Amino acid sequence: MATNTQIPVADRRVPVIAPGHTFSTITEKISNIVLKRPISLGWILGFLIVFGMMNMLMVALGYLFIKGTGIWGINIPIGWGFAIVNFVWWIGIGHAGTLISAILALLRQTWRNSINRFAEAMTLFAVACAGIFPLAHTGRPWLAYWLFPYPNTMNYWPNFRSPLVWDVFAVSTYFTISLVFWFVGLIPDFASLRDRAESVWVQRIYGLLAMGWRGSARHWHRYETAYLLLAGLATPLVLSVHTVVSFDFAVGIVPGWHTTIFPPYFVAGAIYSGFAMVLCLAIPIRAIYGLQDFITMRHLETSAKVMLATGLIVAYGYGMEAFMGWYSGNQFDSFLLWNRLHGPYRFVYAALLACNIFIPQVLWLKKFRVSTGWLWLISFIVLVGMWLERFIIVVVSLSRDFLTSSWGQYYPTKWDWMTFAGTIGLFLTAMWLFVRILPMISIFELRTLLPEAQVHEAAEVKQ
Amino acid sequence: MSDVSVYESPIHDSSSYGLMAEFDSAQELVAAAHKTHEAGYQKMDAYSPFPIEGLAEAIGFHKNRVALVVLIGGIVGLLSAYALQYWVAVITYPVNIGGRPLHSWPSFIIVTFELTILFAGVSSAVGMLALNGLPMPYHPVFNVPEFAKASENKFFLVVFSSDPKYDAARTRLFLSGLAPRMIAEVPS
Repeated sequence: MATNTQIPVADRRVPVIAPGHTFSTITEKISNIVLKRPISLGWILGFLIVFGMMNMLMVALGYLFIKGTGIWGINIPIGWGFAIVNFVWWIGIGHAGTLISAILALLRQTWRNSINRFAEAMTLFAVACAGIFPLAHTGRPWLAYWLFPYPNTMNYWPNFRSPLVWDVFAVSTYFTISLVFWFVGLIPDFASLRDRAESVWVQRIYGLLAMGWRGSARHWHRYETAYLLLAGLATPLVLSVHTVVSFDFAVGIVPGWHTTIFPPYFVAGAIYSGFAMVLCLAIPIRAIYGLQDFITMRHLETSAKVMLATGLIVAYGYGMEAFMGWYSGNQFDSFLLWNRLHGPYRFVYAALLACNIFIPQVLWLKKFRVSTGWLWLISFIVLVGMWLERFIIVVVSLSRDFLTSSWGQYYPTKWDWMTFAGTIGLFLTAMWLFVRILPMISIFELRTLLPEAQVHEAAEVKQ
Repeated sequence: MSDVSVYESPIHDSSSYGLMAEFDSAQELVAAAHKTHEAGYQKMDAYSPFPIEGLAEAIGFHKNRVALVVLIGGIVGLLSAYALQYWVAVITYPVNIGGRPLHSWPSFIIVTFELTILFAGVSSAVGMLALNGLPMPYHPVFNVPEFAKASENKFFLVVFSSDPKYDAARTRLFLSGLAPRMIAEVPS
């Protein structure tokens, strides 16, 4: 076997994974977290907390189903409130997974191989959390299937000219394709777990999921084609989802919503918060499970750079909104700007500017990019900031529109907060189970990063 | 090597699926696959823990039809999405809003786009599995205990007994010339 300490000559930067690994050590290290590592007390305690939070969601939703949306703080004029704020926030977070898997795969960014699996899992769980809000917000979630076109006795069909119907198709397609992508990526790793499992039942479960994968060259050939095509299809999809979400606003005539900058600005914001969530999860996970060899400082630093870049696009979006408020000469647009800076929600807007624009600028300094503590804190601040952004867009715009007689204020109730915190519980519960049940790093894709995975033409038999 | 085909084993051993050779590296497997294919064997397969560039070509597998399946899936998704929206908005449930045209095609683009991606994406996964013949719970190669390492760090080449050139003794001799780590018979 070739020496495993050499680094590919083409890549003079820090290696993607730490030197000294072989096919065996990679397989062992990642699969042992699932197969051999005992369940620690810390895991159980943490699980009880997040599971408790998830049950709070069940209580909040249960009461909502009995009483209706009146238990929330929504009113007229602010009919959207927390439900849509949280929906957009979660969907945005769900963008990093497919971005990392698909777009970075097409760009041949090999560093993605270490973080794509759990970023994809994060995407699925975030989109699941997001989906709860519009369904609950319909007021009669048991009739949510009316959103889909199907032959029915009412002779009714959805209105395909409505952005809300576009949203149904965009989000459900995104969830389905993300799930397919994730599962296809898992198949060869299920086979590794199957072959390494010690108990018969564990072996059978992973065996069922692996579907008889045996690593045949013909299978790999088709597999790679399918994976590449999925990546190619998911790339425009991931850009379209938040674009369609932004249409929910941009197609409306409310000041602060009716702008053409929304699609790119929403997509950049989604990637911004998505990478923030990736860092918030990756930093503790690599420390707890000792995965510093695979999720190296290079990964964290690159993610921080992506965050910085997308944060600047978001800042440009804010700047353009403010500029257009002044330059358009439209009194409602300029009032919106004044209202954000001086109105009743001015502190929220100030906090938004601090969290999303000013504080993340420290990422220009390498010192902050390579310090896990600082990086975690900044990512957390960005997550808060992106939530505030959606609050500003939804609530502040609706609270003061064209007619002063229809102005209002929004006060979230305890049920609003319980539902929001509950979805965080649902998200973390799913992550908690995921790290112990599935390989959180793609094993077979990491193997391809080793120098001995490369086959050299010279050694092949000449024709 | 052409003399091997003259020597056909009179008794075809039906209890054997083929002969398996194990290698230590991707490089050795690709070289061995090339040599075996050049020696005239056609029915064989190679197994590795990760995709290896050029391995499929080395065993004589050049084209796969996954892309065609995805194209068909995408076209079906595109046409059915647009047809559905046209039928709903123009034929079965026409709603006149301010005299605007019923066939308002720009607003149909998004759902058409999403369903094209959905159908194409699902067909790529399902098509890949179907063309690979998966799920397949049982396969003879799993009968060889060493094959468990095929999903970890070892590389395998199997010449199937259905190959016209296959002969238990001769093929084994040929494979041992490739300097494998071990050779095992795969029971069917």
